[in-house]
Amino acid sequence: MTTIHVFDPALCCSTGVCGVDVDQELVGFSADVDWAKQNGAQIERFNLAQQPLAFAENPLVKAFLERSGAEALPLILVDGEVALAGRYPHRTELARWIGITQAEEKQQSGCCSGSSCC
Amino acid sequence: MTELKFLDQPPRFLFFTGKGGVGKTSVACATAIQLAESGRRVLLVSTDPASNVGQVFGITIGNQITAITVVPGLTALEIDPQAAAQAYRDRIVGPVRGVLPDTVVKGIEEQLSGACTTEIAAFDEFTALLVDSVLTADYDHIIFDTAPTGHTIRLLQLPGAWDGFLEDGKGDASCLGPLAGLEKQRSQYKAAVAALADPQRSRLILVARAQQATLREVARTHEELAAIGLAQQYLVINAILPQAEATQDALAMAIYVREQRALNEIPELLKSLPCDRIELKPFNLVGLEALRHLLTTATPSTVHSDTLTAAIQAPSLSKLVNEIAEDGHGLVMLMGKGGVGKTTLAAAVAVNLAQRGLPVHLTTSDPAAHLSETLSGALDNLTVSRIDPHAETERYRQHILDTKGAKLDAQGRALLEEDLHSPCTEEIAVFQAFSRIIREAGKKFVVMDTAPTGHTLLLLDATGAYHREISRQMGSSGLHYTTPMMQLQDTKRTKVLIVTLAETTPVLEAANLQVDLRRAGIEPWAWIINTSVAAATSKSPLLRQRAANELREINAVATTHAQRYAVVPMLREEPVGVTRLLELASGNRINPER
Repeated sequence: MTTIHVFDPALCCSTGVCGVDVDQELVGFSADVDWAKQNGAQIERFNLAQQPLAFAENPLVKAFLERSGAEALPLILVDGEVALAGRYPHRTELARWIGITQAEEKQQSGCCSGSSCC
Repeated sequence: MTELKFLDQPPRFLFFTGKGGVGKTSVACATAIQLAESGRRVLLVSTDPASNVGQVFGITIGNQITAITVVPGLTALEIDPQAAAQAYRDRIVGPVRGVLPDTVVKGIEEQLSGACTTEIAAFDEFTALLVDSVLTADYDHIIFDTAPTGHTIRLLQLPGAWDGFLEDGKGDASCLGPLAGLEKQRSQYKAAVAALADPQRSRLILVARAQQATLREVARTHEELAAIGLAQQYLVINAILPQAEATQDALAMAIYVREQRALNEIPELLKSLPCDRIELKPFNLVGLEALRHLLTTATPSTVHSDTLTAAIQAPSLSKLVNEIAEDGHGLVMLMGKGGVGKTTLAAAVAVNLAQRGLPVHLTTSDPAAHLSETLSGALDNLTVSRIDPHAETERYRQHILDTKGAKLDAQGRALLEEDLHSPCTEEIAVFQAFSRIIREAGKKFVVMDTAPTGHTLLLLDATGAYHREISRQMGSSGLHYTTPMMQLQDTKRTKVLIVTLAETTPVLEAANLQVDLRRAGIEPWAWIINTSVAAATSKSPLLRQRAANELREINAVATTHAQRYAVVPMLREEPVGVTRLLELASGNRINPER
């Protein structure tokens, strides 16, 4: 089974509200993670402020931090390899990694690439 | 001996709470001595960073339970919340120091350097004392000179705050709280919170002074803690000026009248609480003998105090304003703990600048709106505005709940709501509101009665969110090309004035604020010591003694803490309106007594 590891930037309050902006991307991603889990994906998240050891123990992540700094997070590993960095994945990307066909996506592509509706 | 209500059939745990400088450590010490001398076995736990518990008994206590041999039955323990927070940070950051890049490690440390972390870390230390164990089995009473805030307790009560890491050791979603570094089991925290909320076991004693603002704040604390089940509360109003003293001198009379008015107009919420009043003592609360007499009306014969006969000569506020005025424009922020008089001093600075013909915008978070009303339209080049911290915080909370909270489940939403009740949230919301006015500082003076802490600035700066926010609000003004952080770091453009009182704890708290600001690269420009009796003239022996006690603190500010400073004397009348505010700044002239 595919394993996805998400290395989040440091969040201060438990919910990360200590910024002036509300990171809508983060909100959406949390929902996507739930969805992916329900579809059988194995996803684990690590917060830099709370579990820095997880970052230090993974050579890939450690090297990434050394090269690009914490500003470049999040970093997403799929089966131990870098799959995405600097932003959270969309639901379609998650679906591709875990190898499931996504109903919503099909509908969308059916709509816009086909000749029937757009 | 008068029987004090809060000492009537005391339960096992006694918590004394109140803002810095009201004397809760002294009252806690005196209580511990009294209970021990009546034959109980007592453990006194002090978290006061200015704790003199060890000094009082002539021994070193520190972070271990130590027997106080001069008072049989009494043992004490000092917890340093800052050290506890540092240990907590080390637990999380220690293993990666030198492994991850330094900038990353520093970033993580900053995340864990807020007031919330200190609170939680101190509570972590308490926990073992609140649950039944061999450690505490020997004591009839455990007395704390502090109490956890409502925010901390509520956070510990939320199941959502714990899900994910303490239970199964793994973090989940964004719900990774400041609780992650806690050592003990969740069941232990649960037991500790339960002990706190049990009136058979715990009593909460709110310590206050006879001042309107302080009593209002205590009423809020009371309401907040009662709402989470800490129902058994007592009120102690400390250091009330005795009536006899008022006849001796005009300043003493003014203080007496002001205090009595505050007592008569005590907030409705506090009226139902059992209340004890303790008079201001004619001796320093240092030493066993003095503390023995704090809770009684008798005066010990063996305790002597220094007194100060004449008002001291110290730099006045208008001297500072002279220097500020030279720049022609800029941002002036007054910073300090609640109740030190930031709003009044901000008004005094603004009026002083405006009177010199300079354009000034005074903006305050004054809850009473009293001051801004009296100043509106008073001077041609003075604009006055006010933001309501409560309304701003509410708006900010609602915004976050509507956006970020929209997709969360019930547990996640409860946790988010609690995070939005943290002290940081209010600070951010208020500062956000003020930041709309900051852009004016390029052309005129903007005087504010608040400032963000260094911790908040660093966090906001790190996320870049603050920068985006301010850039958007600054629009195309001349300040566009520097970050707000740079603007605040530049003393040519921004002057941070730290406001404090000439008392041990307030000075210590102010010094902590300064350290915090320095972490963000901001050097406070000056300190202002407010309502100083030493800078006023008085014939009252009690006030003269208080004046003598102030000298040590004033000296510490002048020589150790501040680059430049001013001392503002205590006034007989409330500094309301332009004339009195001008007088306030001008220094020692206001007590024309021979």
